[in-house]
Amino acid sequence: MSRTLAQKVWDAHVVRQASGEPDLLYIDLHLLHEVTSPQAFDGLRLAGRAVRRPDLTIATEDHNTPTDNLLTISDPVSRTQIETLRRNCAEFGVKLHPLGDPQQGVVHVMGPQQGLTQPGMTIVCGDSHTSTHGAFGALAFGIGTSEVEHVLATQTLPQSTPKQMAVTVTGELPEGVSAKDLILALITQEGTGGGRGYVVEYRGPAIEKLSMEGRMTVSNMSIEWGAKAGLIAPDETTFAWLEGRTFAPKGQAWDDAVAYWRTLATDPDAVFDKEVFLDASSLTPFVTWGTNPGQGASLDSSVPDPESFGSESERAAARRALEYMDLQPGQALRDVNVDVVFVGSCTNGRLEDLRTAAEVLRGRHVADGVRMLVVPGSAAVREQAEQEGLHEVFTAAGAEWRFAGCSMCLGMNPDTLSPGQRSASTSNRNFEGRQGKGGRTHLVSPAVAAATAVTGHLSAPADLAPAAA
Amino acid sequence: MEKFTVHTGTAVPLRRSNVDTDQIIPAVYLKRVTRTGFEDGLFSAWREDPSFVLNNPVYTGASILVAGPEFGTGSSREHAVWALNDYGFRVVISPRYGDIFRGNSLKQGLLTVELPQEAVEALWALVEADPAVQIEVDLEAREVRAGGHSWAFALDDFSRWRLLEGLDDIGLTLRHEDAIAEFETRRPSFGVLVG
Ligand code: SF4
Repeated sequence: MSRTLAQKVWDAHVVRQASGEPDLLYIDLHLLHEVTSPQAFDGLRLAGRAVRRPDLTIATEDHNTPTDNLLTISDPVSRTQIETLRRNCAEFGVKLHPLGDPQQGVVHVMGPQQGLTQPGMTIVCGDSHTSTHGAFGALAFGIGTSEVEHVLATQTLPQSTPKQMAVTVTGELPEGVSAKDLILALITQEGTGGGRGYVVEYRGPAIEKLSMEGRMTVSNMSIEWGAKAGLIAPDETTFAWLEGRTFAPKGQAWDDAVAYWRTLATDPDAVFDKEVFLDASSLTPFVTWGTNPGQGASLDSSVPDPESFGSESERAAARRALEYMDLQPGQALRDVNVDVVFVGSCTNGRLEDLRTAAEVLRGRHVADGVRMLVVPGSAAVREQAEQEGLHEVFTAAGAEWRFAGCSMCLGMNPDTLSPGQRSASTSNRNFEGRQGKGGRTHLVSPAVAAATAVTGHLSAPADLAPAAA
Repeated sequence: MEKFTVHTGTAVPLRRSNVDTDQIIPAVYLKRVTRTGFEDGLFSAWREDPSFVLNNPVYTGASILVAGPEFGTGSSREHAVWALNDYGFRVVISPRYGDIFRGNSLKQGLLTVELPQEAVEALWALVEADPAVQIEVDLEAREVRAGGHSWAFALDDFSRWRLLEGLDDIGLTLRHEDAIAEFETRRPSFGVLVG
């Protein structure tokens, strides 16, 4: 029978199937971080259980870590959480990349960069943006702490079969329009619940042309429209990116792996439960104006009138969002001034993202009164960026060059917005207070973030005056 | 996990959609390493507003939360479920949930009932007219009853059975340890080994 990519990966991992019960799926890779794991390890200890496969489990420190230094975690509660992870990993034999380790970083950046993420795998993590790894053709999804404990104890998860959706992106992205704009536009088109219950496969010419970084940006935000996971079929781009990385297979094993990975693509006559289309050539830089990632619009447009929405629940949500965001219907999005620009996160904290932002900032300066933070997604990204001299471009422009971590994406560490402050952020969530209590977030691409830092209001690079030579 | 059969209690009407888990419990509360005591974090930003519905004394002691669509979207933090449980909620009713939140809730004995928007509207109206109205949530019959009305809800048989029996997932899976061990002998050999 014809199957989709996701179905093939699923089928290859079924440990046990029984009618009326969810399938029991084997998990190839379990990623851990300090926030969603302590209670899971506690559960193991209470039940006297071990970690079944420490060799398929890896941990990093990211959510709570400081980005201004590598030594001192000033908040004692954050410190305790980090220390708890270190103790748990030592006790249960789990490999950990602690603060200061060359591979430390945001969990969804550090996994792929080491070649841990490979096509055809099942990958879970106590973090909703685990969907990121789907960019490699892996079935990857976020889980709660009870499930973290379940995977630690059994290396499996009971899962009900999801529905299958195809998102076909035709055409070509215009110059200056990125993977981030694409996914923000898609979420606005489909709504925050549009993907619920589905595993989504992104495909079509515009997806095939994306770099692995761009694909990760798209897959990363699958959860923002409710999808269980988002996958992209592995192809030459995937293989070229993976080859030679620490955990990628070598020699004959590499050839065998590639041969297997090529078989994973969705069969031509496979049937999806739902299909969605998007024309990439019609897209423009895209920003959010509201308090969920589905409340977005083209940067060229203006803040919508809440009364223009179809349902009362959307109208009420838009009214509430505009009040929280302190915006007026009809206000041009380009007229929205920001206080802070954040470049980073598992959505846009990779080397390519930093290169894009640096390109815009080269020979330019961050506007007076605007604070710009550049937070690499991992220590390795930071290292590579420094080898390319990107840090000098950022600091010369007046931006802060920080250490790796989640940082202002969720504001668990000291990098937060103050009440009423407004940010342009390359992260993935514009929820109320996400970046700090009372903070207001506009989600943007790295290029828009950098251009916005220069002008002080939401902008695209095309709006900027030529840079100083 | 406590068994869940029928729960009767009063409700709080939360007339909001897209209540993401960052709103249910903000990230600052996620620094804790314990599994209980999260009631102070529940909707903590909204609770600072005296007019927020949870601050209305008429709803004190309510154990059922009735919310708009897309409840529990966003972050996977199970702390959102712990906070609702710790605060005293046993049931949430909403037209649609975030998937991960829904999964987490059913593992922690918090029954997340899916009812159509019209039913939610009707419940809001009932509760606002009489905050003391008793709402009966019957998992056995898969039905919500209040004010002379009743609404059927769907929940898969397996999740329902686990809730009714109060069964722990890990224990259930470990019954199949042989199947897991057998599967491990036939996994593709080029899989990653971290250690
Ligand atoms: S960068 Fe943001 S979204 Fe990504 S794992 Fe960290 S907190 Fe979550």
